[in-house]
Amino acid sequence: MTARFGQYAKYLILLLFSFLMLYPVFLMISSSFKSNLEILTSPLGLPQSLSFENYVLVWEKVSFGSYVWNSVYVSALSVFFILFISSLAAFYLSRFSFRWNPFVLFFFMIGLMLPMKLAILPLYMIMLQLNLLDTLTSLVILYVAGGIPFAVFVFYGFFRTLPTELDQSARLDGCNSFQVYYKIILPLMKPALATVGIVHLIGVWNDFFYPLIFLKSEELSTIPLGVLTLFGEYDTEWNLLFASLTISSLPMIVAFLFASKQFIEGLTSGAIK
Amino acid sequence: MPVLEKTTEIQPKTSKRKRTNWKKHLVHLFLLPALLFYVWFQVYPIFSAFLNSFFEWNGLRRGEFIGLGNFVRLFTEAPFEETFYRALGHNVIFFIGTVLAKLIVAFLLALLINSKIRGKEFFKTVLFLPKLLSVIVVGFLFSLILNPTYGALNTFLRFIGLEELARPWLGDPNTALYTIILVNGWYGLGFAVLIFLAGLQAIPSEIYDAAKMDGASGFTMLMKMTIPLAMPSIMVMTILTFIGAFETFELIFAMQGSQAGPYFSTDVLATFFYRLAFGSVDGGESIGLGSALAVVLFLMISSATAILLFFFKRKEYEQ
Repeated sequence: MTARFGQYAKYLILLLFSFLMLYPVFLMISSSFKSNLEILTSPLGLPQSLSFENYVLVWEKVSFGSYVWNSVYVSALSVFFILFISSLAAFYLSRFSFRWNPFVLFFFMIGLMLPMKLAILPLYMIMLQLNLLDTLTSLVILYVAGGIPFAVFVFYGFFRTLPTELDQSARLDGCNSFQVYYKIILPLMKPALATVGIVHLIGVWNDFFYPLIFLKSEELSTIPLGVLTLFGEYDTEWNLLFASLTISSLPMIVAFLFASKQFIEGLTSGAIK
Repeated sequence: MPVLEKTTEIQPKTSKRKRTNWKKHLVHLFLLPALLFYVWFQVYPIFSAFLNSFFEWNGLRRGEFIGLGNFVRLFTEAPFEETFYRALGHNVIFFIGTVLAKLIVAFLLALLINSKIRGKEFFKTVLFLPKLLSVIVVGFLFSLILNPTYGALNTFLRFIGLEELARPWLGDPNTALYTIILVNGWYGLGFAVLIFLAGLQAIPSEIYDAAKMDGASGFTMLMKMTIPLAMPSIMVMTILTFIGAFETFELIFAMQGSQAGPYFSTDVLATFFYRLAFGSVDGGESIGLGSALAVVLFLMISSATAILLFFFKRKEYEQ
């Protein structure tokens, strides 16, 4: 009897916390379909109709379309270059036995602990000198540089589990190092690429700090920075605010629902290892 | 002419050997891009921040070397020192509040999910969901939910007859910081649960069977076995929470602005740093002070991480 009661209590607690986690997100999405009046008079009620009007308004009033494009552009380029550059480096570190390799690896690992927010002033001056302030390129460069330590760390660990016989036989067949990387290693490392790619996709897509510091022109804003602008200019039009929050979150939520295992594995792998 | 012909005959050979030698070094191109980006945009800026803190600054121009002058001003000169200590205090409260919430609530939830229960994957997925949002989105979303007049929370409280509990959560200096800590807890809870869960799953179940045979109670097993054995994950979580608490910026910026209102009641070192570095109207010497603050924060984070690691390592050996 008590065991059974205990079992019920377990589910009750877990369901309560699940509700607490889900409800604000649900509220955000459902409010994005309501009119402003509806939100203000009955914030908890369900929307009376499923109208996409707010999304159209956000697209027209502020150029939200260009925010979305900027975010997609920066995220795609950053993730691609992180994966490419880091996998090359990890390949070098795990497949060649230069005597400096252990030190280089350790050097990269230090980067896992550097709080880069604190180096924002020097970064700002570097971008000023490179004439890259207020460009999306500056963001891509910073995300790529910041993503390298974690990516090298995961890829290096992954390569050590791959047997070297494959690359040796490929070399006997006349492949050079780049061909070994491209034809043998790259196809085998898809799971590791997915893990690292997801982690950095979320990080870049959601990042607010670098755009806040490095972007000035409104038309270059990424979504999080665009949301800030919107909250400044339309702070009484909650229908637009909720719609913009939903647009910024929905891509990641939908992707998560399709591949929650990879997401969870990716985001926790850095901490556990 | 014949001489020339001879040389042309030999040349291909030597050039080919030269090319293979040269090609040998091409292999370093694998490492070069990563190293270049990492050194240029990660390592060098950190060193540069340290260096900058020892100089006087006029706008973006570096002036004279003044040793620890910036640090002395930060710690002793009004109004900086008052702001500094107040913000530091808020960071400490932020850390203690968050770590207690995580160690108690998230650990309990991890224990529940790890027990005999159906729907483990569902609970893991749902609890983790907030972590996918941008921190800035979380901040803005909750500033709408917590709005004193139209917000969902106060509307709900009035609806169930607890009107006296409804208050301007973010507008009252007495509740603002704690409210933000709770929102931060909401955002990071699922991640903490998953870290703890990974720690719990690494414990072999045989030892529980043995303990049960010896007649150990559930509570004894939790205190004497589960918690000590899950110590590595508890350590990881504590360190990550510490780093997060001393770097926290976006949530406060979104909910209270860079002035960290009301009346600086939610001001932390990162928002103070932001104002010093980017927020001042006159520019002035703020880069020197900002760099000094960045160095202080950096040293606090890295030394605390080292101490925590050391402390928990010893605990592990003692068990």
